[in-house]
Amino acid sequence: MKGFGGPTQAPTWVTHGLVPLINLGLALVIAGIIIALIGENPFEALRLLVLGAVGYPEAIGYTLYYTTNFVFTGLAVAIAFHCGLFNIGGEGQAYLGGLGAGLIGLYLGHWPAPVVIPLAIACAMAFGAFWAFIPGWLQAKRGSHIVITTIMFNFLAAALMTYLLVEIFIKPGQQAAESRTFEAGAWLPFVHDVFAAFGANIGRSSLNLSIVVAAVCLVLFWFFVWRTRWGYEIRAVGHNESAAVYGGIAPDRAIMLAMAISGGLAGLVGVNEIIGVHHRLLLEFTAGYGFVGIAVALMGRNHPAGILLAALLFGILYQGGSELAFDMPNVTRDMVVVLQGLVILFSGALEHMFRGRIERLFARRARAVAA
Amino acid sequence: MAGEEHRGAAAERGPSGGPGVPALEVVGIQKWFGSVHANDDVSVAVAPGTIHGIVGENGAGKSTLMSIVYGYYQADGGEIRVGGTPVTIKGPEDAIAHGVGMVHQHFMLVDTFTVLENVVLGVEKGYLLRSTLSEARQELERLEREYGLDVDPDAIVGSLPVGLQQRVEILKALYRGADILILDEPTGVLTPQEVDDLFRILRALRDQGRTIVLITHKLREIMALTDRVTVMRAGRVVDHVATAETDRAQLAAMMVGRSVLLRVDKEEAAPGEALLRVESLAVRDRSGVLRVHDVSFTVHAGEIVGIAGVAGNGQSELLEALAGTLASEQGTIAIGGAPVPAGGRAEAARAMRRRGLGHVPEDRQRMGLVTAFDASESGVLGYHRERLYNRGALMSRGAVVDAVGSTMEDFDVRPPLPTLRTANFSGGNQQKIVVGREMSRSPDVLLVGQPTRGVDIGAIEFIHRKLVAMRDEGKAILLVSVELDEIMSLADRILVMFGGAIVGEVSQEEADERTLGLMMAGERADGAEAAGA
Repeated sequence: MKGFGGPTQAPTWVTHGLVPLINLGLALVIAGIIIALIGENPFEALRLLVLGAVGYPEAIGYTLYYTTNFVFTGLAVAIAFHCGLFNIGGEGQAYLGGLGAGLIGLYLGHWPAPVVIPLAIACAMAFGAFWAFIPGWLQAKRGSHIVITTIMFNFLAAALMTYLLVEIFIKPGQQAAESRTFEAGAWLPFVHDVFAAFGANIGRSSLNLSIVVAAVCLVLFWFFVWRTRWGYEIRAVGHNESAAVYGGIAPDRAIMLAMAISGGLAGLVGVNEIIGVHHRLLLEFTAGYGFVGIAVALMGRNHPAGILLAALLFGILYQGGSELAFDMPNVTRDMVVVLQGLVILFSGALEHMFRGRIERLFARRARAVAA
Repeated sequence: MAGEEHRGAAAERGPSGGPGVPALEVVGIQKWFGSVHANDDVSVAVAPGTIHGIVGENGAGKSTLMSIVYGYYQADGGEIRVGGTPVTIKGPEDAIAHGVGMVHQHFMLVDTFTVLENVVLGVEKGYLLRSTLSEARQELERLEREYGLDVDPDAIVGSLPVGLQQRVEILKALYRGADILILDEPTGVLTPQEVDDLFRILRALRDQGRTIVLITHKLREIMALTDRVTVMRAGRVVDHVATAETDRAQLAAMMVGRSVLLRVDKEEAAPGEALLRVESLAVRDRSGVLRVHDVSFTVHAGEIVGIAGVAGNGQSELLEALAGTLASEQGTIAIGGAPVPAGGRAEAARAMRRRGLGHVPEDRQRMGLVTAFDASESGVLGYHRERLYNRGALMSRGAVVDAVGSTMEDFDVRPPLPTLRTANFSGGNQQKIVVGREMSRSPDVLLVGQPTRGVDIGAIEFIHRKLVAMRDEGKAILLVSVELDEIMSLADRILVMFGGAIVGEVSQEEADERTLGLMMAGERADGAEAAGA
């Protein structure tokens, strides 16, 4: 099985545009059939979903707020992928990131915001990075498989947070395992408030300035991966570890670096949630963002542009889906999860089901044109 | 049994298909891979009871053609005929049913199974193995007697030497009733003696009326074994000739499309000071097996020292230890008189490079390149930290592309496009990217492993000339190769490795294939077996 010429080349817009769209379309078709089976009109459902996600200003705000989280976790999974690592511990790293931001919020919230907020962001990244660095270290030095350790660290993070909130940070005199609300210095401004300060009125939503952090991360990610020697080394290790060693690149260091960055990015979910929206420490604010990040990275092909688009898609599904569950009596919250699951299944797990065939089709057409 | 039926059918089709009817014929085969025209109107007729060679450079389309015959690929046009009858071959099952068998370059054997179990794998009958195995044992013994294929049916395949494993592959094909046997580069991993055995078996098969197609790029084998030759170049058939009416130079010229120098022109070596000194080196591989023991030698400025040996006798580990990517267990390595710290990690590889050591690794795809990278990125691997390529925290893509681009021009990489993905270059051009990267920095000591493996004749000539030029500039070159021809024509001194030790040294003038071959097989001049691997 060798010597069969170069790989089949299809145009970029096919590989990166058409194929994901077809996968998405298929997921929607199957979801439509299911919705029809439970006695609702699938076209009406789709209309409600899209309107619920982008139909009015508040909805757009919420969609972008979800998108922000998915950008962070998508980038987190992607940087690990570039190093050949499958980080499925985004959930736990985001949790710890929230703890980092929350500690600053609780104890330094009385300081001025321009000081507190950068500190909280840095602390969230550091906590997330630390939580990913340990599995990275175990992988690099001890050979413990990263998939196993990151899963376990998700459980550890959940147990740790429950303990801390129930035993230490809980606000005295209440039942809910939540801390007191932070002082104003640790509130990352909402986007609608920022606009209001300039006299513009946009709909109120959870969208906060974390989205700016996400945008910066997208750009820095590209520079880091493709324009720095650390990115070069991480990619070399991910693609071909023996070649990396040959080239004087230490795989263990690249692995630990990639994991720390991965965890730092996932930790930023804690910024969006804790100092951006809730302004207090609470349980289960990560809501599965870490896991969806895997699908976002897969769909976005580990490139920031793709991750942005995939994160938008999942933002639309999250926001539009909850509106749909609200508006259509037969479509429950669980149905929306099924819909998201289908998208993940078709664009992630079954990614290669049609890719080969479609690419061959276009490669043949391109050749026919050339000939 | 299934094999029996095929054989019966094959015997009817075979030579009795009538005089002049080819056993296997392909007519007007067309095959595209993307925009690559891998087979362009290829027609070959193989007469029954002959050995037919197909030669060509890498990428000439010979493996593609045989993959079509064996059903791995479907042709875009053309026809396959067996015994004069057009056949449709949609997969290896169809090929086997038509009596076509194939022995692959990389064996398709289960290492932990016995020879017998491997032979029946995939053609077992019923739910219990017992009856299949006892029938197969008888059939196997008959085949072994008939063709002198001496293999113990109960030996575990993984414990057999490569030459015997190859015989198991041949037995597998024969057991399935193959009347036409295709061998893809069968001698790459064999010692000269094993090659002789293989040739004897193939001749016996031919003399019993079977038809053999031999794919190779080694002209020596074509001349020694075949009755007729088809030469391919760039996806097309250049010519068919009777072996007796041609010679190596003519075949080489047809393969490349111009006349080629088969021997390397070089002056007498003028060795200077010792630049690389190795003393009682012992190396374990990554699974802890001692691969090199008590190896000592020196390489002087201005000479090429060749290490000959059958693959797997410690050369790879020696090379890696010298390059710093594998730890040495004991012994010392000195470059330019100063000892270097023990290797084993990436940091050591980096330190070696700083000390003026270049390394063309044996396996470019596993080690020398990152195929997913752009050529420009692969072209600075190991040197990516150099100030030239960096501006503060950022790598300067412009500087990298410019530098690699000009090296690619110098080393005749085609196409000379640094922004193309490494994987999209042919094997020979990938090798030139590696060779260019390591040589253009003019290191004092150059380690070269299998510099021309899978590289076509034109590029071999080019790489050999570059090596000799570096030698003449006063660099010390250590060449490891399993190609005896290459060692004998390039090296000024030849060390032979067997079982992890150096078992002999000969100068270029004294070297001949027979002595080297015997040493490579572990026969010392005094007749004693060298310490085992």
